[in-house]
Amino acid sequence: MAAAVEEHRQELTRLDSKIGDGDHGTNMHRGFQAALERLETDAPSTPSDVLKAVSMALISKVGGAAGPLYGTAFLRASSALSGKEEPDASDAVEAMEAALAGIKQRGKAEVGDKTMVDALEPAVEAARKEAGSSGDVGRVLRAAAEAAAQGAESTVPLAARRGRASYLGQRAAGHKDPGAASMHLLLDAAALALEA
Amino acid sequence: MATGLVLVSHSPEIASGTAELVRQMAGDVEVRAVGGDPDGALGTDPDRIGNAIEEIGTDEILIFMDIGSAVLSAEAVIEMLDEGLRERVHLVDAPFVEGAFAAGVVASAGADARECMEAARQARTEPKLH
Repeated sequence: MAAAVEEHRQELTRLDSKIGDGDHGTNMHRGFQAALERLETDAPSTPSDVLKAVSMALISKVGGAAGPLYGTAFLRASSALSGKEEPDASDAVEAMEAALAGIKQRGKAEVGDKTMVDALEPAVEAARKEAGSSGDVGRVLRAAAEAAAQGAESTVPLAARRGRASYLGQRAAGHKDPGAASMHLLLDAAALALEA
Repeated sequence: MATGLVLVSHSPEIASGTAELVRQMAGDVEVRAVGGDPDGALGTDPDRIGNAIEEIGTDEILIFMDIGSAVLSAEAVIEMLDEGLRERVHLVDAPFVEGAFAAGVVASAGADARECMEAARQARTEPKLH
């Protein structure tokens, strides 16, 4: 995830400069570098502890709205995986559902508000469906990532109703939401990691 | 029942400037300014927000936030506090400067958190031009 964020840092910042304050790539990069450092120092052993360490790094280092939002998402996912050494497909779905609930609670956004929820909610639905039919964690995450890509794309024509972009009204239409774009990146990186 | 204020702004100058204003008019009140991101640039810093809440030492703690991620960061910090402390912390839905100012003045007169928050909320509807 840190590598994906680094690779796409400029793209995220470019998207954010259209409708935000132009620091989403920089902030996410700083957060995930801090997460990497924390993982090296703390060396957490369970999936739940790894997610918690990432959450703490993101909350303390991101600096913008993405910090508390992604931090909450990773924290809720961490709680959902508590005690699970080898999460299966339904555990992965539960973790994503918990993350989505956390983001919606914190950001008070729904699908259509032009936020990361537009990528994550369809991703969770696709993951749930895939887990029901295949039961393979890798395929569940791949399905989630693909749905997130479409979800992120669906934010292009929307006017924003949350965050800095909401002040722009219709002027925000025509640009992909940077939070939805980074959400897709993270899910894609998670899927790639399992496919490797 | 001392009530303290934690002022969370994206800008270090807005946070410290507002704290200065509150202290000028409400000398006895505990005020902490938390401005900027972890590098001191524009943004918010949950670590320092959490530290300010833990260090302020008043019976009740009011958090004032400017915009957007200041609110999200403060909410995330509160979710992670120990329960005992969390019960003494209140997020205030009020304009940043005017609300903190009104709450500070009332707090310096010994008002409890509820009264301070009411003063801050009234600052939202107080007309400036008569």
